[in-house]
Amino acid sequence: MAARQPRVGLFATCLVDLFRPSVGFASAKLLQDAGCEVHVPVAQTCCGQPAYNSGDRADTRAIAEQVIEAFEGFDFVVAPSGSCASMLKKHYPGLFAGDAAWEGRAQRFSDKCHELVSFLTDVMMVRDTGASLDAKITYHDSCSGLRELGIKDQPRKLLANVRGLELQEMKDSDVCCGFGGTFCIKYSDISNAIVTKKVVNIDASGADMLLAGDVGCLMNMAGKLKRQGSSVEVRHVAEVLAGMTSQPPIAGSGK
Amino acid sequence: MELAAKHFKASAAKALVDVQLQKALGNVEKGFIGKRQKAAAALPEFDALRDNARDIKNHVLAHLDLYLEEYERKVTASGGIVHWAETAEDARRIVLEICQKAGARTVTKGKSMITEEIALNDHLSANGIEPVETDLGEYIIQLRGEHPSHIIAPAVHLNKEQVEGDFRRVHTHLPEGRDLSDPVSLLGEAREVLRQRYFAADVGITGANFLIAETGTSVIVTNEGNGDLTQTLGKIHVVVASIEKIVPTLEDTSQILRVLARSATGQDMSVYTTFSTGPKRADDPDGPDQYHVVLLDNGRSAMLGTEYQDMLRCIRCGACMNHCPVYHAVGGHAYGSVYPGPMGAVLTPSLNGIEETGQLPNASTFCGRCEAVCPMRIPLPKMMRHWREREFERNLTPLTGRYGLKFWAFFAKRPKLYRLAVSFGVPLLSVFGGSSKRFRSLPFAGGWTRHRDLPAPEGRTFLQAWAQREALKQEPAQ
Amino acid sequence: MSARETVMGKIRAAMGVKGPDEARQATVATRLRETPAGVIPARAQLPTAGQLELFCAMAVQFGATVTRVSDYHEVPAEVSAYLRTRNLPSEIRMGADARLVKADWSSEKTLEVRHGASDGGDLAGVSHAMAGIAETGTLALLSGPANPTTINFLPEHHIVVLDARDIRGDMESVWAKLRTDLGKGAMPRNINLITGPSRSGDIEQTIILGAHGPRALHIVVVE
Repeated sequence: MAARQPRVGLFATCLVDLFRPSVGFASAKLLQDAGCEVHVPVAQTCCGQPAYNSGDRADTRAIAEQVIEAFEGFDFVVAPSGSCASMLKKHYPGLFAGDAAWEGRAQRFSDKCHELVSFLTDVMMVRDTGASLDAKITYHDSCSGLRELGIKDQPRKLLANVRGLELQEMKDSDVCCGFGGTFCIKYSDISNAIVTKKVVNIDASGADMLLAGDVGCLMNMAGKLKRQGSSVEVRHVAEVLAGMTSQPPIAGSGK
Repeated sequence: MELAAKHFKASAAKALVDVQLQKALGNVEKGFIGKRQKAAAALPEFDALRDNARDIKNHVLAHLDLYLEEYERKVTASGGIVHWAETAEDARRIVLEICQKAGARTVTKGKSMITEEIALNDHLSANGIEPVETDLGEYIIQLRGEHPSHIIAPAVHLNKEQVEGDFRRVHTHLPEGRDLSDPVSLLGEAREVLRQRYFAADVGITGANFLIAETGTSVIVTNEGNGDLTQTLGKIHVVVASIEKIVPTLEDTSQILRVLARSATGQDMSVYTTFSTGPKRADDPDGPDQYHVVLLDNGRSAMLGTEYQDMLRCIRCGACMNHCPVYHAVGGHAYGSVYPGPMGAVLTPSLNGIEETGQLPNASTFCGRCEAVCPMRIPLPKMMRHWREREFERNLTPLTGRYGLKFWAFFAKRPKLYRLAVSFGVPLLSVFGGSSKRFRSLPFAGGWTRHRDLPAPEGRTFLQAWAQREALKQEPAQ
Repeated sequence: MSARETVMGKIRAAMGVKGPDEARQATVATRLRETPAGVIPARAQLPTAGQLELFCAMAVQFGATVTRVSDYHEVPAEVSAYLRTRNLPSEIRMGADARLVKADWSSEKTLEVRHGASDGGDLAGVSHAMAGIAETGTLALLSGPANPTTINFLPEHHIVVLDARDIRGDMESVWAKLRTDLGKGAMPRNINLITGPSRSGDIEQTIILGAHGPRALHIVVVE
């Protein structure tokens, strides 16, 4: 008997929604190819990190309640971002600690939440997405995905099976790019110093394309690369894995 | 030192353009990260030891009153004297009284962050007693009238040319033509100069990495041997340590020692791990005649039982700052506090209040590397976030950011209004982005576009585009 | 109210401790009595024969030099040879350790042996270790007339004699030995755990040997 297709709620994330819809479509394709039934609830805005990391717990909780209500009916909740997925998976339960009405509900919700690439490899057991791309890429490990969710090998394994693609590791791929959500606005000079070091490593890798799993980090690095006149193209890893690279790269192509 | 944490942004901006400092900061990444990684990888039990080290300290904190009592009993039994100090001021007064009673003119000091915290040197100097720092890094910054920029590498912000300049300026009794061009000759000169000071000093002051309840022992962990000369050659040995340095037994000390040096410098063991119990014994040919321990609270007890209690596990290894991208960018002095980096961003508000120090827990990307390397598994980002929450609750955060956040949250909490707003805003922004797909500058986004381009949105929002695609899919069926 | 009472009061209030708490006291007493060992790395748990080899290898890795001799009678000649090969004057400072005194120093006619604490004028000092820790090549030295602490730190060259039978796999076994030798809870003024020669990395993170303590650490293992 064929098992029922898992119903996945795609939590697009606010940055994908506003800036990079192609990542949303790529994510949906990857999930569907893996055998999932994909839904995109309209009652989604943001995971609440801007409020959470600014110390605004009340607004964070209000946002979290609304996300849980919109998504708890699915078998899985998947986000194309380590940072937002970690917010849903690792940080939501703590917001409701000691609240009998919500605590268990938040925990059950969090148990269903996954970051896109690790969901594909670890839950749906995807080994090869069937994509091909003739490019030399380098991969940046975004901090939350790497350190809170342990995502490091999963994207590399899938990228290794993309035909024509060659991975050139950069130095310090696991070091923060300086984005940090509101940090890059509040402390823009420090953020700039950090991303400046990062793009030196990206350029030195010899890759002609930068991939990562978080649009926030990608926008930061793309913005700096373009400001410095680099021709390195920047894309979300889902676009490449889905074979959907017809959209211009983040912040455009060329110098 | 005077607390200057509220000037963090201005100090950081200066640090970022300080060419000399930036060159020196490169040594932090080169000097520490690879060595720690190698040392940790070479010990299969490293993570199990971290867990146990965490558990030991948690156990201590849950029984702190009892272990302190036992520790005090043992110190007293071995002939030492325990002094309790509630505040920094109390601790300064106690140390000064010990020195004055001994008629001390100079005191030597082993490297100690706690005496920085209580600003002991200024207090001794103001009362006519000369403190001499003997750790090479501490000695160098004392000559410069500076404070440590790192808790285990106090002079890491300096280059050797600056040290040479300081030695030539201060050591005027030495020949002018001498060669001081490399670290070896600089160290040799400091060794010679400081040798005289150890013998001339009346009192030797050290901190403590651990206070062992089982035996009434204080432990210092060093590489140079200066702390040992300080505490052995003076007639009086004064230990200044905060109450959370307690560990139950020699075995517990050994557990934490296994993660301390590896996390700090990447050594399996520091060169000198010294256990000191009481003054010299009747037939000892060397060692101090008196042994005093000043047990300092200074805000620690107020952290117990709060969301900041875990910070009391800290063993001051410096791994968090060694791995912090913000510390790498601005160095330790920019923080304007005794303790820099991630551990300082949590501890400083605890010791000095959040009112003046709110910048510190905010100046983090929450990249989590500090927590990932912390040998005591202290959740530093989580505690920084708790400080942001305290700040927010008390309306201490800047108004512009607050209003911006509230404006955004108003929509984020209301999906329908949010959809309406972004369905107009995003396509507009996309059009303005033009064919380059990016902005070089944008009103209200100066913090971003000053340093980098802002990628333009693709067009419609994902949810708009998805809804439209789903609708098209339905049509042929109808 | 004394500062002690104030601080203790704050601690107990923060932890919600009210009055005597026998369960907590029993927990503390048990830990202090039983001194549980925790996690001992596998490399520290070699059989005795392997511990000697590991000790020597680790000591060398962390910057010491090691010579092995078969009897205490060979120690004086080994010390002389060390001084000679480094062009040091034939003088040493040494405490009253019975094992060192018993070695026959009269065989080294030109060697001047000074006894007691170091006054800072010695280029070479000789000590006897209480134990060696194989796990990290660490020496454990106890203060006292037998081995004055100043000898560990003031001379430029520190020569430490170690009886191979005193090598233990881990630090914890040394604490067990200490409790056997001195009694539970008893400590000398100092226990110095020494792992390699003195060093500093304070100038540009460049490691240089001989900061304030000995520039060289030479270990003579008596098998």
